[in-house]
This record gives sequence, structure tokens and C-alpha cells, in this order.
Amino acid sequence: MNLGKGILKGLVETARNFVGSYYDPARLVTIQYPDERRALPEKARSFPMLVYDGEDPEKGLRCVACKICEKECPPQCIYIVLDRDEKGRPLRRPKIFDLDISVCMSCQICVEVCPFDAIKMNTEFELSTADRFGSLLLHKMDLARPASYYLGLHPVEAGEVNARLAAGPGHAETKAKPAAGPAPAAGTTSGAKPGDSDRP
Amino acid sequence: MIAGVPPSAATMFEALDQLFVSLKHWLVGQLPPAWQSWVSLAISAAAILGVFMTLFALTVLIERKGLGRIQNRYGPNRVGPWGLLQPIADLIKMLTKEDLVPSGADRVVHFVAPVVMVVPVLMAYAVIPIGRNMAAVDFNAGLLFFFAVGACIELAVFMAGWSSRNKYSLLGGMRAIAQMISYELPLILSTLPVVMLAGSLSLVDITDAQAGHSGGWLARWHVFTPWGLAGLLLFTVAATAESNRAPFDLPEGESEIIAGHLVEYSGIKYALFFIGEYLGMFAVSALGITLFLGGWRAPVIWLEWVPSYMWFFLKLGGFVALFIWLRGTLPRLRADHLMNLAWKFLLPLVLLNAVSAALWHYTAPWTFVGAGLARWLLCGSLVGVPYVLLGRRLFAGQHIGPRTYRMAA
Amino acid sequence: MDIAFLITAAAILAGAAGAMAARSVVHCALCGVVAFASLAVAFLQLRAEFVGFAQLLVYVGAVAILIVVALLLTRNFEATHEALSFRPWALGLAIALLVSGAVVSAILGSGLGVGAPPSAPPPTVKAIGDLLMTRYVVALEAMGVLLTVALIGAALVALRENGPGRPAKPGEQGSVAGRLEE
Repeated sequence: MNLGKGILKGLVETARNFVGSYYDPARLVTIQYPDERRALPEKARSFPMLVYDGEDPEKGLRCVACKICEKECPPQCIYIVLDRDEKGRPLRRPKIFDLDISVCMSCQICVEVCPFDAIKMNTEFELSTADRFGSLLLHKMDLARPASYYLGLHPVEAGEVNARLAAGPGHAETKAKPAAGPAPAAGTTSGAKPGDSDRP
Repeated sequence: MIAGVPPSAATMFEALDQLFVSLKHWLVGQLPPAWQSWVSLAISAAAILGVFMTLFALTVLIERKGLGRIQNRYGPNRVGPWGLLQPIADLIKMLTKEDLVPSGADRVVHFVAPVVMVVPVLMAYAVIPIGRNMAAVDFNAGLLFFFAVGACIELAVFMAGWSSRNKYSLLGGMRAIAQMISYELPLILSTLPVVMLAGSLSLVDITDAQAGHSGGWLARWHVFTPWGLAGLLLFTVAATAESNRAPFDLPEGESEIIAGHLVEYSGIKYALFFIGEYLGMFAVSALGITLFLGGWRAPVIWLEWVPSYMWFFLKLGGFVALFIWLRGTLPRLRADHLMNLAWKFLLPLVLLNAVSAALWHYTAPWTFVGAGLARWLLCGSLVGVPYVLLGRRLFAGQHIGPRTYRMAA
Repeated sequence: MDIAFLITAAAILAGAAGAMAARSVVHCALCGVVAFASLAVAFLQLRAEFVGFAQLLVYVGAVAILIVVALLLTRNFEATHEALSFRPWALGLAIALLVSGAVVSAILGSGLGVGAPPSAPPPTVKAIGDLLMTRYVVALEAMGVLLTVALIGAALVALRENGPGRPAKPGEQGSVAGRLEE
């Protein structure tokens, strides 16, 4: 009399789940998202942001408008215009820094190539908007985030970056070599960034 | 009439039982005689429509909640307290959605199909006695009427599938026709023993045939006989298939043919199909209750004071819960397994069940000691033994159990 | 003749005319359904409950579905035929007149319709069943044998397509054949 036993066993199993879900809160793994949130993991990332030091996002921006990220960006979603003073001399800061997050694919290559640790990945993901042309093109001031914010998002990674920056500006310059040119400069990269290890 | 209660309480319970019947009589009595028969029918129709539509809304919510809990989810809980207002939100959504008709569709047939789906289902309720003296009409051939209007549903599904000009729709329509035709036969034949022993096709008479008590307390429902028990089980399987419920939801098969005949329907037309399907499920459950579970009758003599319609809806709720439970448990059948089950398994068993019922009827005069047990064994084995043998035969040579993957690690 | 009968009769005729006139084959079948269903209503108006419901069950539920399934299994059933009409129309007319004349004369000669309608109460299902099992039992059994033969024949046809030894593909063939038995 084996016939139909499978159905009965299945019915018992589902009944156990049904009743159990009322008595055992551990069964209900659903996180009811807008009300409850899961803590994001350390390496979560959404779109890039521009890190600045100090209080003023205009002055403290680490970006020097070297345009490496603009050139490396696979979907070419970054647009940079170098700022110049009245005499036409470059000011080592971007006049325009636009990032189209409708194009960006969150590949993090801009972060890896940046010699100045100026562009980092943000974790904000609630970016839906009714205006798909204006609101998805982020400008310099939309992208600017203080260094403390960055430290809060990715404590381990930001700690390493801070240590490297504290070691001196020359250090950051040398780090740029393997990314900018094909010649590997052995031994120059001190504190390797988390993303560095898996690059060819 | 009602055992075990003092006469004054008995009259009160009687009044409570007949509350809706007397209300209707009073309402109709206010009108000129020429209108009375029509108004009486209209009130019955309105009551059926209101009650079963409410039940539909509740069932959809309970189904979603229940399936959620079976899968360790919450189910809908956003609209109103505990998600209770979800049906209203769904209704508003359905009503405000755009009514799309594909450009290649046959517009007239596409429009008529949802109507053909819902109207026969609603008509089927006319013959169901949902309480003492509470059948809208008592046809002499009520059971035949039920199946006759039920047959129109197949046509609606075909019309929807064909008129949409969509290959998935057409596939769904074909599957639905093949399935419904195949399972209509076991469904109708599983009701045959009841008709044989009750000697009538009228559902009111069939309910009355289950009156009385055996042993002084247990109701004489058909399910308490071997053929009734087997008949109820077979009927339930066939009814599940006939109402396109999981595990027999091949015509919809959202993972293969993306809802089949419903692909090209949206808004209120889709809602009509949805309503038709659920009302069909209630109707066929109500039929099962009437045929095997004593209709509106109480199971034991001490509970007869509970109003008859309460019993009916309690049983209906049980059936609906079973359908939801089955849907949460069983995976969808494969098309050839579906046909095998209907033609090689259910059909022989329902025919044997009719023989079993006849045997039960003709062994009724047995009076020797242990006659009841002997009758049970005899009639039960007439269905039970073939059940085992057929099952073994059909499963022979098939590997049933966890699947092993040779290539995968 | 009351209004209800006139409406029903008009529906029957419209359905029948549509079944002949419609371009698409599926439309023909659906118009046929209208005619079948209206005929069932006509039976109900004559207080022949059993016949009416049986008409609905067998013709709408079985015959129409059978036609539709046969259409779906036919290749190119979507093609509309301009030349469905019968060319030698005089011949067609003659045959139609002959058939309808025979039917009308048979009805008129049967004694129905003349004199008062029978006042007996409409027969119950039980009475019909008794008659089928006593007086018309031979006809019933003969019909059963005929349909069983048709069923076996259909199963055989289905088997041969798949070659001997292999079971028939489940699906349309089997269900259509089973439908016949009803």
C-alpha cells in the first residue's frame, strides 16, 4: 500500500511549514524591506562618488581632473572638464564632473585606476526617479561625499586608503604608475587596495 | 425535528435556520402576485451572486496568505490590517487596468469568451441547496443541469485561446480542452453511484436521501459508506482537474505557457476569467458536498441546532482549504501523466465504484452478526484492490524517487 | 406562440444561418454552438428538462468541442474559404426542399400539433430511465455497442500512427474517442 503515500507525506510537510510559520519566527526569513533593512555588506557597491576632505566639497575634492577614469570607463559614462583660472592655467580640479548612472555598470574600474583615491563606490541604491534624463545624470555636487562618509561605508578599505594618504603625497603618485602605463613598477605599490589583487 | 433541546429553543433554532427563507418570503409577499415568481428568482440570484463573490474575494486573500505561510512567507500584509483590504486593492487595480485586445485577435470572440466563462458557472449555483429549503430552483434533473452548464466552460476556454491569436493561448486552450474532456468523464461517472442509490437527479432529493442517522447519532452521509468514501476521493481528484487547480493547472502552466489562454487578457476581462475559475471551484466543491457530505446536514445528531447554511459553508470552507493545501504541496503533472491518470486509473475505478455501490445496495438486507463489517470489506475491496493493482501496474518500470544526476558533480 | 419561443426560434435560425455563412471555420462552429444552445432552451420551454439539459451537455459540451478539436488538429484550418458555397445551387435547393418537405410532412402526419396538447405531466427522469431500461433497452444497448466499436476503432487508429508496440500518444485522439462513448 505505497500508493498515495508521497502525497500524504507532502501534505504533512506543507502543513508543518504552515503551522510552524506561526510559532517559529526563525522560519519567516522575509525582511520587510522598506520597514526593515538588512545591513549592507562591507563590499557592497552601487555607483561611484567623489570623496572630498574637510568641510567644503568645492575645495576639498580629491579629484584633480586627470581624466584617467574618463578614459578607462568601459561604458564611457564619465565626462570631465578641467577647471582653469582666468589666465588659462589648469587648476587641478574638475570644472565639470558628470556621471550618467543610467549608463554606469558599477564595474569599479574608475575606482581602481584613480591615482588619487578620489573616486570611490557609493552604496546608495534607492535612486529611482520619475525623470529619467535629468535625475540620472549626476553632477559634481551630487557625487561629492565627505571622507567620513566613505569611512562609514567601507571602514576596512577606507582605513587603508587613509593610511596611504597619510604616508605622503608621493606615495599616491607612485601608485598610479601600474594603472597609467603598461610597465609594471615592482615594489612601488605599498598598501594594496582590496580591488587591486584581482587585476591582471 | 431537532433532538436534545427543549421545545422553546428548538423553535428559536428553527427560526434562525429559516431566517433567510422567511425573509425572502416576506419580501416577496409585499409585491403584487404577478411579480412574485420573478422577484423571488431575482432575490435568489442576487443572494447567490453576493455571497459567492464575497467568498471569492476572501478565498483569494486566504489562498495567498496560506500559500505564503506554507512557503514560510508572510503573504499580503500591506493593505489594511493583516492585508485584509487586499481584495479591494486588487479590484481597483483590475478595474483601472487598460483593456488590451491584440490587433490580430478576433474581437467578438475575444470579448464574448469571459462572459461565456462566468455566466454558466453562476447558473450552476441555481440547483445547489445551500441550506434547508435554500435551493434557488429544484430541477428534476438538477445534476444533469449542473454538468450541462459546466460543459460550456470548456468552450469559453477554447474561445479565449483561439481568439487571442497567440501560440501560447492556443496551446493553453488545447490543453484545457483535452484535460477537461478527459476529466469530465470520471467526474460525471463518480456521481453515478449517488444517483443510483438516491434514485434521483435532483440535488434536493439527493440531500434528502442522506437524512436520518445510523446508530442513533451519526448522520447517514454517503461518505460513510465504502462507495461514498471512494466516490468522494475520486470526485475530488476529478474536480480538481476540472477546475484547473494545481496540480492539474497545465492549461495555465505559468512557467511553460505563461498562463495559457489568459495571456492576452487584461483588466476586467482577466478578472472575469479569474472569478469564473474560482466560482467554478466553489460550485464543484458544493456539488461534492451535496453528493457525498450530506449537503447542509449536520454530521452528528447533537449538532443539528447549528443553522443548515452554516454547515454548508463550513464544509465549503473545508473543501477550499483542501484545494489551497494541495496547491501548496503538489507539483504540476506532466501532460501524459495527466491523461494516464484520467483514462487508465480514474475511469476504471469510478466504474468499479458504481458496481461497489450496487453491491452495497443489494447486500443491505443482510442481518447476520458482523454483516456491516462484511459489507464494508466486500464493497471496499471491490475498489481498494483494483486501486492497488492498477497503481502498481501503472508505476511498474518507473523509477520514483529522488533524481540522480550522472553528469553533474 | 409566445414571445419567448419567437426569440428562441430566431436564435436557432440565426445560429444555423451563421454556421453556414461564416467565412472562418471556427466561427461556423461557434455559430453552431449558438444553434445547439438555443435548441436546448427551446426544449426547456416545452418543459422537457431532461432532453434540454442532455442537448446542452452532449451538443455544446461534446459535439461542439469535438468539432473544434478536429478543426484545431487540421492543418490550415485558419484559411478562410471564399468558395465554400455550393456551386450548382439549383441542385442544392432541390435537395434542401426534398429534405425539409420530408421532415415537415412527417411531423404533420404524426398527429402532433393537431388537437389539444397532451395534458400529462412532464415525464420525470426516473420515468425516462425506466423506459430506457425496459421498453427501449435493445436500442440503448445497440447504441452502446456502436459507440464502443467507434471507441475501439479510434484507439486503433491512434495506435497505428505510433507503430505497434508503442503506446498511443496521450491527448486528443484518446479524449475524442472517449467523448464518443458518452
